[in-house]
Amino acid sequence: MSLTPTRRPEGAEPSLTPAESMTHGRASLANRAFARLSTASGVTILALLAAVTVFLVIEALPAVTTSPAELAERISWFPETGGILGYVGPLVFGTLLAALIALLIGTPLAIGIALFISHYAPRRLAQGLGYLVDLLAAIPSVVYGLWGSLVLAPRIVPVQDLLAQYLGWFPLFDGPAAQPARTVFTVGVVLAVMILPIITAVCREVFLQTPRLHEEAALALGATRLEVIRTAVLPFARSGIISAAMLGLGRALGETMAVLMILSPGFAYSFALLQAGQHQTIAANIANQFPEANTAGVSTLIATGLVLFVITLAVNMLARWVVSRRADFSGAN
Amino acid sequence: MAKRIDVSDLNIYYGSFLAVADVSMTIEPRTVTALIGPSGCGKSTFLRTLNRMHEVIPGARAEGKVVMDGVDMYASDVDPVAVRRHVGMVFQRPNPFPTMSIAENVLAGVRLNNKRISKGDAQDLVERSLQGANLWNEVKDRLDRPGSGLSGGQQQRLCIARAIAVRPQVLLMDEPCSALDPISTLAIEDLIAELKNDYTIVIVTHNMQQAARVSDRTGFFNIAGTGKPGRLIEIDDTTTIFSSPHEQATEDYISGRFG
Repeated sequence: MSLTPTRRPEGAEPSLTPAESMTHGRASLANRAFARLSTASGVTILALLAAVTVFLVIEALPAVTTSPAELAERISWFPETGGILGYVGPLVFGTLLAALIALLIGTPLAIGIALFISHYAPRRLAQGLGYLVDLLAAIPSVVYGLWGSLVLAPRIVPVQDLLAQYLGWFPLFDGPAAQPARTVFTVGVVLAVMILPIITAVCREVFLQTPRLHEEAALALGATRLEVIRTAVLPFARSGIISAAMLGLGRALGETMAVLMILSPGFAYSFALLQAGQHQTIAANIANQFPEANTAGVSTLIATGLVLFVITLAVNMLARWVVSRRADFSGAN
Repeated sequence: MAKRIDVSDLNIYYGSFLAVADVSMTIEPRTVTALIGPSGCGKSTFLRTLNRMHEVIPGARAEGKVVMDGVDMYASDVDPVAVRRHVGMVFQRPNPFPTMSIAENVLAGVRLNNKRISKGDAQDLVERSLQGANLWNEVKDRLDRPGSGLSGGQQQRLCIARAIAVRPQVLLMDEPCSALDPISTLAIEDLIAELKNDYTIVIVTHNMQQAARVSDRTGFFNIAGTGKPGRLIEIDDTTTIFSSPHEQATEDYISGRFG
């Protein structure tokens, strides 16, 4: 992206009288065309969003209006009691839980990597490392799924055992740990790896944009490198870090394939991260049930998809609100 | 607490490029020393070697001696971070931390130096520093508002308050008024005259009238041409420099014949 203004060489303007060039120059035509083009792009995104919403609502409507008893009768996997909310509840819980674990593991790691790249590593190493992290994003999620279920799930067992043994008194790590570890904990770890590239990339860019002036202000007060990061870099990057984390959260919430391949599903409101057969996420559940679902089943699944859509929107709005709350103190003014 | 600085045979490099050559000067305590000269002559580069800020640029280094109070600041066992705690700096453009309030900005340096400070002491220090920077009356009612909401001149005085809050021995100013309007400039110049009672001040300025107004001694830097290193041509009492300098180049510069 170049910020240098393109300057037309002198004399390159076709010979127009001043009056002509002021009214209908070629530049103004290009200008208007570009304005329309960018407006059209802006409208497209709104139209797409509206189309998806309308699709979800229309398709989900039958599942919401049909009585729970009838749904339970027509769909083999629909719960006898609780209705549609009772069905979606544990899924929402599982989705949020898996995404939250991913975020808790992924964000600090990503911030660490980004700080290393932007402020610690020698320039050449930093470039290489940045490239490698971007490469993580290029791995298809089905490959992460394979890796998670075949490589990580058996090997993470000792870690889970250790957690269950020493932190088992804490409900989150209640044992016995599942073997192989087809648990929401393993899913969280894999999702953390998957959201690492986007969070790292955004954080790195934000850290690199810290105004030199602010870093020098801290240095001149006698700040060590850590203190420069604490007083100048992180406060400046705060809203960027939140945005990055939310982008990662969005990806973790919607991740389907990896979860489907690793997690042994269950429909409980359970905080036992180390036990299998307790959780399921909305996206993985849709992928799991969709191929053999009948009309009512598809409608129910789409209703759960609508819920996921709303959650993701809410998360994004929350992030924006968090960012704007301290706008006065941001680096922008 | 003001200290004397002796610079001898200082060569300053960016990578292999010699930017400033062979500077020797003595800076007396409780004086204002102004550094003047055309753009690119190395006066700011030289200023930044006095608190080892120069070396934060990759590849930049300095050779020679800068002795403050008997300690060579470039000795191998000297920590540049410690040097900067004794030699404060004010920059060309005001740079209060945008995420901090006015009071937090003033306290930033003290907090960095890992000193625990009680709430009462902190309030006293904020008031004292802001009064020292002639800013207290303008901001006392909004100490918890962001520093970036102040005018440019107020921001610059906030930066001065932040610098003096850690009680440095020397205060470096790198064209502190170049981004300010004349009224704000006047406020800063008045402030410099007051700060002189407590601190050793070195100021880089493009404005020769300013050098004549605020300084006791003036050093003139010049450069022979692009690619050549900048040199200190002469340093003397300000009145001497502006009335009867020893070097022809100085006379040409201050009389506006070039630069």
